[in-house]
Amino acid sequence: MTATFERGINSFKEVLDAPIASFFASCVHCGLCAESCLFYTETGDPQYTPIHKLEPLRRTWFQEYTLLGKLAKLAGLSKPVTDDELAAWEPLVYDSCTMCGRCSMVCPVGNDLTYMIRKMREGMAASGHAPEGLVTATTRAITSGSPAGVKWVTVQAQIRRMEKQFGFTVPVNQANVDYLVLMSSWEILNYPEYLGAVGRIFKQAGATWTLSETAYEATNSGIQIGASDLARELVARIVKAAEELKVKCVISPECGHAYTAIRWEGPNLMGRPFGFEVKHILEVIDELHGSGRIKLQGSIDKPLTYHDPCQISRRGGVYEQPRALLKELAPQFREMNDSGTMNWCCGGGGGVGANERAEPLRLVSFKRKKAQIEELGVDTLVTACANCRVIIEEALEHYHMDVEMLGLTELVADHLEESAS
Amino acid sequence: MSGLELLTWARGPGLALALAIGLFGIVLRVFEIQALGRKADFAKARAITPGSGWRTIVSRSLPPPGMLKRAPLTYLGGYVFHIGLAIVVFGFAPHIELIRGLFGIRWPGLPNLFVDAATVAAIAAMLAVLVGRLTDPVKRLLSGFGDWLAWTLTFVPLLTGYAAFHHLMENYTLLLALHILSVELLLAVLPFTKLFHVVSLFMARWYNGDIAAKKGVAA
Repeated sequence: MTATFERGINSFKEVLDAPIASFFASCVHCGLCAESCLFYTETGDPQYTPIHKLEPLRRTWFQEYTLLGKLAKLAGLSKPVTDDELAAWEPLVYDSCTMCGRCSMVCPVGNDLTYMIRKMREGMAASGHAPEGLVTATTRAITSGSPAGVKWVTVQAQIRRMEKQFGFTVPVNQANVDYLVLMSSWEILNYPEYLGAVGRIFKQAGATWTLSETAYEATNSGIQIGASDLARELVARIVKAAEELKVKCVISPECGHAYTAIRWEGPNLMGRPFGFEVKHILEVIDELHGSGRIKLQGSIDKPLTYHDPCQISRRGGVYEQPRALLKELAPQFREMNDSGTMNWCCGGGGGVGANERAEPLRLVSFKRKKAQIEELGVDTLVTACANCRVIIEEALEHYHMDVEMLGLTELVADHLEESAS
Repeated sequence: MSGLELLTWARGPGLALALAIGLFGIVLRVFEIQALGRKADFAKARAITPGSGWRTIVSRSLPPPGMLKRAPLTYLGGYVFHIGLAIVVFGFAPHIELIRGLFGIRWPGLPNLFVDAATVAAIAAMLAVLVGRLTDPVKRLLSGFGDWLAWTLTFVPLLTGYAAFHHLMENYTLLLALHILSVELLLAVLPFTKLFHVVSLFMARWYNGDIAAKKGVAA
């Protein structure tokens, strides 16, 4: 469907619900959300104040759903939202917000600003004001199956590599197994060792698993851009495969927004609960470890810290599992200032990383993470999101910082007890 | 109209009118919010969670770690003002008497000296946050007519109340009438300004806490 201003405004009207109305009604303009947002703290530019990013959506609510707003609109006291205004807001809604959710934890009246940005993006995309990079990635995901254009043959090549390296067979399209394993584009292209790690872990645990030729890609740029119809199509592929293969559980990879897409938004996009479970890989590893199905040995003898991916920790509830694993694997594990559900974003989530225009701002906003790492004085950073990893590695390079990045799944696989395998 | 006539009007029809408008406004605004509804959430909530909507209603009254240091004026000014105002409104004996007359409930008042100190503190905090709003680039960007109106509507009752208590004007009756009228204006306008947060924040905090709790997070 063609993007038009009318569609955008209609979409704004459609997404406005009781929670959003209560949020807008409660805002006292205290500005504390700015203090919680790395795009403001690192630039000092007030336009990056989270609630300000929502102004067109707020006025739509005020004028359409409040008596006072309707009167103000009639009297010409409240300006209607215009297409030019939405165009001007595009960089605020997409370039300077990773939907990390930190402001939602801080707002004293309880506004979930991230919930609102996510909804506002629906109208922005419908009105044709979404960044080109994200639009292209989403279109590509629909046509080719992956936002990065990763085809099944690429996955097959990685499968062969991992099989050769680790000596196990990667099951494909196997029905009635415990787990359907998904990957993000980054994992297929940059970090194939993730697949190798998952295979090794499941081998020791004696768990049955499979990849699906039709649903291997977990990245959902429809969520990031704010196009529910496209997001639904991407989720539907996974749901279809999981149901056809009758798997018990779908595993979201080390990718933050992929987890949000399939775990929290997926059932709502489909309009029904799933008959299978959805878990993040760290939840699965923690369970297998807790029940003794995998055993760990050895430890990493250097100080390291954990970067909480926002969608997995603050917006996903998976923050204890990585700590339980790291405390066992790394005696010198240290917490950053502001960790867990109050962590600072890498600056590249929510589609910002795929948005070329946002790159200079993203690198400036990384100064927050840089300061956190420097305060701690560690040179190893573990995380559980391939996107965070790419963003951070790029920024470390930019700032000439000698810090090594590790994926937690891989780290666990590297420390599996050999005799138990 | 003399001071006495004004006071009589303020205590009688004025109060009834202000309460009626205020109450109607609150009901209307709550309806406007709730009428928008909320879609069913089909995502399976976590069975074990440290959070809840109710928890966030309470917990959001405290600054999250590190935030007090980042915005001391906003937090401290906010606390001193809100607590000071609560002491004045609910602790001053004549106010309790008024509430008893209206609703039949009563509780012991606080010593006048204490209430007086709270008034001064609340006034000082309001002036401090006003300076903050005028000078801080973020607050200036966010501020509009509604913000200045809300500040003025809240400040005048505090100031006239303080002045009346200390008999700072010769015409005490007129001053008292002005104090009561300013409170009535505040009550009538409250639902239609950002002052409505006194009602809506309970909904906002609950939704926020509920959304996070389903995911296993205490927000």
